[in-house]
Amino acid sequence: MDQVLFYVFAALTVVASLFVIAQRNPMYSVLLLIASFLGLSGLYVLLDSPFAAVTQIIVYAGAIMVLFLFVVMLLNAPHEEPPLRTTIPVTIGGRPLRVGAVLGVLFLAEMAWALSRLARQPIGGDERTAGLVSSVRQIGVELFTTHAFAFEVTSVLILVAMVGAVALAKRNL
Amino acid sequence: MPTLNHFLALSAILFTIGTAGVFLRRNLITILLSVEIMLNAVNLTFVAVGRQLGSVEGQIIVFFVMTVAAAEAAVGLAIVIALFRQRETLNPDAFTSLKW
Amino acid sequence: MDPVFIAQLIVIGFTFFMLLNSAAVSVYLERKVAGDLQQRLGPNRVGPYGTLQPVADILKLLFKEELRPKAADAFLFALAPVLSVTAAFAAFAVVPWGAETTFFGLLPEPIKLQAGDVNVAMLVIFAVTSMGVYGIVLAGWSSNSKYSLLGALRSSAQMISYELSYGLALAAVLLLGNSLSLTEVVNAQAGSWFGVIPKWFVFLQPIGFLIFMIAGIAETNRAPFDFPEAEQELVAGYHTEYSSFSFACFFLAEYVNMVTVSAVATNLFLGGWHGPLLPEWLGWMWWMAKVLALIYFYIWMRWTLPRYRYDQLMHFGWKVLLPAAVLNLLATAAVVLYWS
Repeated sequence: MDQVLFYVFAALTVVASLFVIAQRNPMYSVLLLIASFLGLSGLYVLLDSPFAAVTQIIVYAGAIMVLFLFVVMLLNAPHEEPPLRTTIPVTIGGRPLRVGAVLGVLFLAEMAWALSRLARQPIGGDERTAGLVSSVRQIGVELFTTHAFAFEVTSVLILVAMVGAVALAKRNL
Repeated sequence: MPTLNHFLALSAILFTIGTAGVFLRRNLITILLSVEIMLNAVNLTFVAVGRQLGSVEGQIIVFFVMTVAAAEAAVGLAIVIALFRQRETLNPDAFTSLKW
Repeated sequence: MDPVFIAQLIVIGFTFFMLLNSAAVSVYLERKVAGDLQQRLGPNRVGPYGTLQPVADILKLLFKEELRPKAADAFLFALAPVLSVTAAFAAFAVVPWGAETTFFGLLPEPIKLQAGDVNVAMLVIFAVTSMGVYGIVLAGWSSNSKYSLLGALRSSAQMISYELSYGLALAAVLLLGNSLSLTEVVNAQAGSWFGVIPKWFVFLQPIGFLIFMIAGIAETNRAPFDFPEAEQELVAGYHTEYSSFSFACFFLAEYVNMVTVSAVATNLFLGGWHGPLLPEWLGWMWWMAKVLALIYFYIWMRWTLPRYRYDQLMHFGWKVLLPAAVLNLLATAAVVLYWS
């Protein structure tokens, strides 16, 4: 059952992300990315991390994407034109070195090698690790004790980002 | 049962899709969306490895990555709005005045 | 088949069915209470005391012609009401409406009267409510009409602004209830002090309750915060171009959101299904009574208070309600720390 759910959510995420970069209407891109985030949220639930899953929906799908949507609607972002052929391939002796294609094939070979060495055990190990990871209380304790400084710095970062965004988007500085 | 390698492979695929989007798309907003895809791929890696090692630090780092991504999206979109006001287009090839 | 599994399925189906009925009941109550507040009889022709009025309303809506503006984006135009309704119903999935029960020993173990059981229920409600913004935004954008777009932008800006105070009020209750699961928060409110005052969180958190209700009213776009869909200002805001079944979907989503906010407020602040005189297994009657009281409050607000202007609305949300919610959270945290 976990296997089936994994493939369903993974397929949703990958297909939605592919269509984000493949199709031309920016409005549809934003909506497809939201679908991709929902798939990722499902994967987090499979990984016994409900807090990460819910935070993904609240922060990414619920706030950041609304921001993107507002900007797309505000700018009435047009459909994209197809790219012009402005790049010149690198040549050696008159024949092009397809560097990108070579690197792509190398990466594919590396991925195939990595996938062929699949681990035998399922992720995690036992019930105890699942309990440790899914406890929101534990997350809170560690966040506010071990990582307290990073937490405070993040709040300052958000304040700076808010002020910066308002200042950058103003009509007359 | 999905193993850790399943999640890592999925994360690699997502990261590749994001990178391809940044290189291939000629629309500023879609480039920002591809950056978000990349950040999400990294988040998935963190949570998967955190689950494998039985530590909540994976989710804590995800929390921070999400916050930073939110801040970056806000500032990036503000820049996009300012640029759009100048040139009335979202094509990055229009903003080449600093190129030699 | 596992009897617990079958019982769970029945509970899910029953919850969904009752939620649909509750929307219909809210429509009827709205018109009757509005009539009462305006010193007139409400609908009283269709059925005894007008109780079949919602049925007549729905039938009328279903028989209307389904229109779509020519320049509208067809896919998004059709998707928007679906998103609204889905988010509205999904938020109610984690709200428990009764105590754990074994149905008089039919089941080997107790099940919660809840469509789905997650131990981060409060966060899930918050998350799904944030997704409800998309139905409105897409409706406004895809209609390709200026009234719709303005209404949608204003409505979504209002919803995301008031979500902050909503979340902070939730966080204050979280401190008191010591758990994210709604069942545990309700069970923390069992019993009473001095045998007279029930241990509801509304007595510990009166300001928090007020902030939650105000933010909830703003979240569901109801008066006095219904500027984005006000008839005098924006024709009908984001659902101007919708008719027949799609409009019925938006209508349904609005009332189900109202019921969800009332249900969550009941569970968090008013003690859920705990109440005097009735045994535990009849607790759902108390729950329904409290939710109905809150819905009455909602309707009463709509027909009594004048509408906020949009800039007054945003000013109130950011500069009054948010600082109040933050101060409430700080005060609650200080008191909880001091008392333990």
